[in-house]
Amino acid sequence: MSDILVQLWNKGILQLGIWETVYMTFISAAFAYLFGLPLGIILSITDKDGICPVAWVNKILGVIVNVFRSIPFVILMVAMLPAAKFIVGTSLGNKAMIVTLVIAAVPYVARMAESSIKEVDRGVIEAAQAMGTPSFKIIYKVLIPEAKPSLIVGAVISLVTILGYSAMAATIGGGGLGMIAITYGYQRFNNDVIWICVLLTVIIVQLIQELGMFIARKTDKRINK
Amino acid sequence: MSENVIEVSHLHKQFGDNVILGDLSLSVNKGEVVVLIGPSGCGKSTLLRCLNGLEPIQGGTVSLHGEPVEYGKSSLTRIRQKIGMVFQNYDLFPHMTVMDNILLAPLKVQKRSKDEARAEALTLLERVGLKEKADTYPSELSGGQKQRVAIVRSLIIHPDIILLDEITAALDPEMVHEVLNVVLDLAKSGTTMMIVTHEMAFAEAAADRIIFLDGGSIVEEGEPHEFFRCPKTERAQRFLKTFTYTDS
Repeated sequence: MSDILVQLWNKGILQLGIWETVYMTFISAAFAYLFGLPLGIILSITDKDGICPVAWVNKILGVIVNVFRSIPFVILMVAMLPAAKFIVGTSLGNKAMIVTLVIAAVPYVARMAESSIKEVDRGVIEAAQAMGTPSFKIIYKVLIPEAKPSLIVGAVISLVTILGYSAMAATIGGGGLGMIAITYGYQRFNNDVIWICVLLTVIIVQLIQELGMFIARKTDKRINK
Repeated sequence: MSENVIEVSHLHKQFGDNVILGDLSLSVNKGEVVVLIGPSGCGKSTLLRCLNGLEPIQGGTVSLHGEPVEYGKSSLTRIRQKIGMVFQNYDLFPHMTVMDNILLAPLKVQKRSKDEARAEALTLLERVGLKEKADTYPSELSGGQKQRVAIVRSLIIHPDIILLDEITAALDPEMVHEVLNVVLDLAKSGTTMMIVTHEMAFAEAAADRIIFLDGGSIVEEGEPHEFFRCPKTERAQRFLKTFTYTDS
């Protein structure tokens, strides 16, 4: 291993980078789901085949989601810095990064959740309706529980996407493995650092992926184990 | 004169330009078992779905004990608690145990006490021979078992009428019997039912009245033995012939 890597490790920079990447990803994902999941549910139920179709709500939310999803993240990130300043009081660093990540991830999460909920068997929803279940109860007693394995798979994909975006934090003075790769690797012509950051990211992604899929399989009662 | 449970008057239903049911009127009395038969696509299942407001209708009225059943209206959730429905594909909730499937409506819709509802669920499960399956998930059950659970799920809300929509159509032949026996048992105990089926022998055994539908309207209606022995209309005769395999 090259000297610089040992140095980075001994100074705790690499460990901090791992930690920053992980917490930025998970905190952003948590907030993204806080807003994105309800949005996804509204998108799916207000659709014309949904349990309470309201065309105009669906249309307006759909357009907003699409606009945000069309903006490349680097641009969205810079554009949303004033929002970050307003919400967390700074447009620099990890905090600001989390705000921009959440704004970028909400529409993404909403579409993921929407498609998971739309996978729920129409017949099962009708069975719930036929016994007089009000729409609100159908959402949390039927739609969410039945879509759970698919929602978890969606969460894994979202987490990995957010983790990828978080690597751009260095651009606004944030930390994480992306920052280490750029500052200590790219700018100092040290490929070892870049590769070690890539390797660490791959490991984190694998852990999220494997754990997430394990949970998804566990919660899926449709298949006989 | 016995009491009407469901009253359908001049029902008109179409998908696009395609008329499924045209000016159809019928009623079901309390304690009566009405079996709807007819060729595929004649509107039997659609009729059943109109009866509990799962389909929008373009004309006429459906009412349960005089109260209108209207698609999309908020009164539906209350009226539907009086109408049990069993579907062709069971449609049990895959992520709930058998017990939770049965208890969803009594606990979350009717707000009954858990102990009382659970005790009744066990009694009903025992009646259909599935008491020991209460804590299993639907994926662990056979088709016939799933359908018996679905029947229990419709019974526990104490409906005024149960609608059975081709409940054996997706089953293997040897499971048809176990499910139909349960229904036959219900028929004998005075449960009001409206049944769509292709099982003619069962129709004859269970029905108080047969309604033969074709092309979206009632072609013939009558007492089961009479209907199967000597159908009056030429259309019904032709339909019944397709179930026998003799040289003709």
